[in-house]
Amino acid sequence: MKLRISHETTYGYDMPIRNLVQSLRLTPSVFEGQKTHEWLIEVTNGLKGPGFRDGAGDWVEGWTVRGPVQEITVRTSGHIETRDTAGVLRGHREIIHPLAYLRDTKPTAPDEALRELAHSVDGSTDDALDLSHRLSSAVTDAIAFRPGVTEAHTTAAEALALGEGVCQDHSHALIALARLRGLPARYVSGYLHSTLDGQPHDAAHAWAEIHVGGLGWVGFDAANRCCPDERYVRLGSGLDSSDAAPIRGVAMGSGAERLDVAVHVEEIAQ
Amino acid sequence: MTFYNEMLEGDRVRDPYARLSEWVETMPQDFRQMKQAEAEDLFRRIGITFAVYGEGGDPDRLIPFDMMPRVFEQAEWRKLERGIKQRARALNAFLRDVYGRGEIIRAGRIPARLVYRNEAYEKAVVGFVPPRGVYSHIIGVDLVRTAKDEFYVLEDNCRTPSGVSYMLENREIMMRMFPQLFRQNRIEPVDQYPQLLRHTLESVAPQKCDSRPTCVILTPGHYNSAYYEHSFLANLMGVELVEGADLFVDGEFVYMRTTQGPKRVDVIYRRIDDPFLDPLCFRPDSMLGIPGLMDVYRSGGVSICSAPGAGVADDKAIYTFVPEMVRFYLGEEPILNNVQTWTLWKDDDYRYVMDNLPDLVVKEVHGSGGYGMLVGPKSTREEVEIFRKKIEANPSNYIAQPTLSLSTCPTFVEEGVAPRHVDLRPYCLCGDRIELVPGGLTRVALREGSLVVNSSQGGGVKDTWVLSE
Repeated sequence: MKLRISHETTYGYDMPIRNLVQSLRLTPSVFEGQKTHEWLIEVTNGLKGPGFRDGAGDWVEGWTVRGPVQEITVRTSGHIETRDTAGVLRGHREIIHPLAYLRDTKPTAPDEALRELAHSVDGSTDDALDLSHRLSSAVTDAIAFRPGVTEAHTTAAEALALGEGVCQDHSHALIALARLRGLPARYVSGYLHSTLDGQPHDAAHAWAEIHVGGLGWVGFDAANRCCPDERYVRLGSGLDSSDAAPIRGVAMGSGAERLDVAVHVEEIAQ
Repeated sequence: MTFYNEMLEGDRVRDPYARLSEWVETMPQDFRQMKQAEAEDLFRRIGITFAVYGEGGDPDRLIPFDMMPRVFEQAEWRKLERGIKQRARALNAFLRDVYGRGEIIRAGRIPARLVYRNEAYEKAVVGFVPPRGVYSHIIGVDLVRTAKDEFYVLEDNCRTPSGVSYMLENREIMMRMFPQLFRQNRIEPVDQYPQLLRHTLESVAPQKCDSRPTCVILTPGHYNSAYYEHSFLANLMGVELVEGADLFVDGEFVYMRTTQGPKRVDVIYRRIDDPFLDPLCFRPDSMLGIPGLMDVYRSGGVSICSAPGAGVADDKAIYTFVPEMVRFYLGEEPILNNVQTWTLWKDDDYRYVMDNLPDLVVKEVHGSGGYGMLVGPKSTREEVEIFRKKIEANPSNYIAQPTLSLSTCPTFVEEGVAPRHVDLRPYCLCGDRIELVPGGLTRVALREGSLVVNSSQGGGVKDTWVLSE
């Protein structure tokens, strides 16, 4: 599938800020399922800092903006060719040992309900792929997709208690369950081209990856009860949503911040 | 239990202590009291105090200084030096390995779980090799002596070991108060340490640095218990002491705000912990760090000493494998002994420790400063039982070691001079070469019979001499 992507994030400030530093993971991953033909990252009035590939295989770019400014836009655009690898992250160069993805962070810390759910799922780590599918289904069943009920800091435990949430909550919950069953798991941020129901969708998306012996990392999108295919564009990964965030930044200034995000993923006609 | 007395062999005074022994014997009582008061006054005036976390009381309390030096012969020291340098090489090789291919784990010599699941293991720096492959630039190796030729390493401190200011101050004050002692004895100097440290830091300047490197010390601020040491070292090295807010990232580099405008910084000797270094990489709520620092670091724009992630080498569980590291990376036999250590997450070890609790020393895996530990032989039965409950609740949080018969050194006490137990922390510097200043920090348990030398538990400090040939 050939996809054209544009992603604009605009930060507006009540009071001019003195300075902004960002760490961006906004470049599509390199693996068999993705081939990037053109990709551009721009930060208005920004000074491009260091760029490097980290141990997880993600391309990281630092940007700084010297103030005073009152509005900053991070703009990425490009086109990319995707291929269905049945969720398997094949041909991805990374060197972090999977065991480093067994530790929990605040959003994925298990509570009693998560433990109970994790251990209620049939299957064993001997067939980790089967177990991962079952865990993913368990999350889909336990947390209904419903925007607006959870927020950025909602934890997996809280989302499970609510029984509702969005892709971030599904991903955190699945990561928690997988780790409880001894499977390394991580959070993936990216884009999703969605045309199935004709409804407008937030094209920024997130899912989980679970490490399966023999296969490596495999993606699971519990929010959509499927594995990533050619509609998915992978950007980067981390222990949780904040660790995997495409944009991390700190602005020096006082006053409130407004955020405006626009993501478009379109198929390019053959 | 018998203890090795570093000054006396039966009634005979050992050679290195010969002159000191005379000095003590001929010292009038009132002169000693006067000198002790003078020493305290000097320490107070210099401002060297030590706040101990969680103890309350006077935060500006002095660590007691004992005027009786501890003495090593040249030959004793050479052996220690070789052993410490060997360990320093192995620890840095280990760090380079576990942030790279992990050969020692593939070879089955260290369990993967202990490394990759370790809290101090930073996945953010996997694959990045810091300049010269050095991760830990200042290693404080805690040693105890149990016999003439027997030294044991208690722990390695690979992050930011503190206390070196005491090594320097103790010497300074002894030289000021007793210049004649330094004429009578040929004592190796330690005052080159700050320049060696600066040289070490400059030698690990980042790839992108093309002139004489600018080094700074990054402190969490004056509320930190070691703030005095941070400013002391900055002063002696002739580098700036900065807090996170004094530094900022612009483009590919880190800069420091100065009255003449921004100045590029090449090497940061940080005295703040990994999680606080950079809110864009670690804890997002950290106010102490520098946003964007880790991106600059990982792309070779600045060096951080010790390297983020270095803490995985000095964990108490990893400690048990240091002799294995020496063999694996260096192909040598370890010169210094490790203390036998039982890890309570192993069933056999657990049973042994629980059966022999009153004879053992038990420590928390991540504890430091002598907190949260049990010294079996020095505890009441009730204390032992309370600790047993703590272990039962979370066995993997503890390790146990035999109670070592720590050597004693003559120490001034109320009624004259008496033997007290001591340990030693030398400071090994790793950069373009590995350096060890002949000396270190000797801590002494001032309470009679006590084996706990931590300043938070009634310990004091001494000047540490290495005699020239």
